[in-house]
Amino acid sequence: MSKTQFPPSITSRPVYGELEARSGSGHLMIADAEGAEAILDLAKSVDKAFWAKAHIIYIPKTTGTAYSSQLEELGAGQFYAGPSYEAAQSRIRRALQDCHMGTQVYLSGTEGLMGQAMAEATAAGIPHTAIQTEHRGSTARRMQCVHCKGITEDVTTDPFECSHCGLSLFVRDHYSRRLAAFQGVRVDAEDPGNIPEKVELFK
Amino acid sequence: MSAGTAKLNVTVAEVKPVNDLVTRFKFVRTGGGDLPTFSGGAHTVVEMQDGDITRLNAYSLMSNPADRGAYTISVRRDDQGRGGSRFMHGRVKEGMEMVISNPVNLFSLDLRAKKHLMLAGGIGITPFMAQMHQLAMMGGHFELHYAVRTASLGTYAKELSERYPGKVHIYHDDQNEAIDLKTLLANQPLGTHVYVCGPKGMINWVHSTAGEMGWPREAVHSEEFLAPASGKPFEVKCAVSNKIVQVGEHQSLLEALEAAGIDAPYLCRGGACGQCETNVIGYDGKFLHYDHWLTDEQKAGGKHIMPCVSRFEGKTLVLDR
Ligand code: FES
Repeated sequence: MSKTQFPPSITSRPVYGELEARSGSGHLMIADAEGAEAILDLAKSVDKAFWAKAHIIYIPKTTGTAYSSQLEELGAGQFYAGPSYEAAQSRIRRALQDCHMGTQVYLSGTEGLMGQAMAEATAAGIPHTAIQTEHRGSTARRMQCVHCKGITEDVTTDPFECSHCGLSLFVRDHYSRRLAAFQGVRVDAEDPGNIPEKVELFK
Repeated sequence: MSAGTAKLNVTVAEVKPVNDLVTRFKFVRTGGGDLPTFSGGAHTVVEMQDGDITRLNAYSLMSNPADRGAYTISVRRDDQGRGGSRFMHGRVKEGMEMVISNPVNLFSLDLRAKKHLMLAGGIGITPFMAQMHQLAMMGGHFELHYAVRTASLGTYAKELSERYPGKVHIYHDDQNEAIDLKTLLANQPLGTHVYVCGPKGMINWVHSTAGEMGWPREAVHSEEFLAPASGKPFEVKCAVSNKIVQVGEHQSLLEALEAAGIDAPYLCRGGACGQCETNVIGYDGKFLHYDHWLTDEQKAGGKHIMPCVSRFEGKTLVLDR
């Protein structure tokens, strides 16, 4: 999967980098789907000692076992593969609770995964600027409806229907770090019923 | 003088020797009334009228930030210094009227931290005293590791150990006790911020050790005010005010500008805040940059100077002042 170049946007929109191994007392890696590739790339430049202190939490999503066996072979001190972010969340919280200052956090995969894991890590006390991210895979967005506050995962079109209240929402670049979600605003607020044709913006 | 902040007229309410090197001063507002609030880590610039020289030194406020009745500072005598601390020790008496600046904080607590780990060396203890008052009031989580030369020179070490039992750890140089920094840093829970105030070597040691151990830069805080360096006298042309100013051997460029009646802003007078940054219009010679404000690139670029601590050697220096 090639890396996505996101077009320039407003300042609240997150920007992502490229994972690099940094020295630290531990390495917590959280990834979903093609995010595994970022970890596998990073693995080319590190030795065994690095993996001894690493903890990988991986959510394969639709990629099945395509990556999980490769990740497991890296020999991380702890490896976990789970069916969904929700399922992995308590493990992420626990891992953050148990680690000390000096632990490096690496996030890769979709924006929804990185955003939510980032919110957990910052709540645990790591400055967000110290957390590494790399986008891989789907560009689908995690959207919050500003009207009913419901969150719709993996949004690929603009506009889209809120999965909670059913309004047609315009996909904005405005991003909330706290919610780890972009904001969706009713597209036909001024002219009810006038809903533009859906465009598939994200894959 | 238009400097960064407003001035306060104060009266010295108490002068108290703490040990062989350190004396404590308490200021109240002249004519009564409250002083402005400050937050832990703030400093004030004390003006000293030493004959026709006005000395201005920054000192950390060590009193309880919630107490607006008085400010307290502690001054360590530096016999090798340029004279500010000797003036404070020798000439400042109870009842004397003085002028100090409004508090400015360049070393504030990061209140997002879940725990505050404080490392002090010598007189570097003072900003932490106000911060500990503040944290104790808020129910904050903190721990102090304080390196002193000897027990008798351990300024406030005893008081602090009594005031915050279990939170204060004292290390005596003369007993070969040293902070085990690696172990200390390795065991800190996520969300800890570390603060260091003390000699330059200690500050560098904490920054580099924390960096090597993977601590985020944003979680490591330090404060160090530099004393203006002495050096060869030099001449400056001030383009805006159209004056030529001589900077003496033991005078800082900032002091020389002030003496010449040129508007020169400052907040810390110690190369840390950035307030005095001045554009260089032209020069022929070399800069002696002592500040820790400008980046290495800027220092090499020859377009900026921090007059509070930095100097110049050469033929001509033209400033945008
Ligand atoms: S006055 Fe603060 S850097 Fe010069």
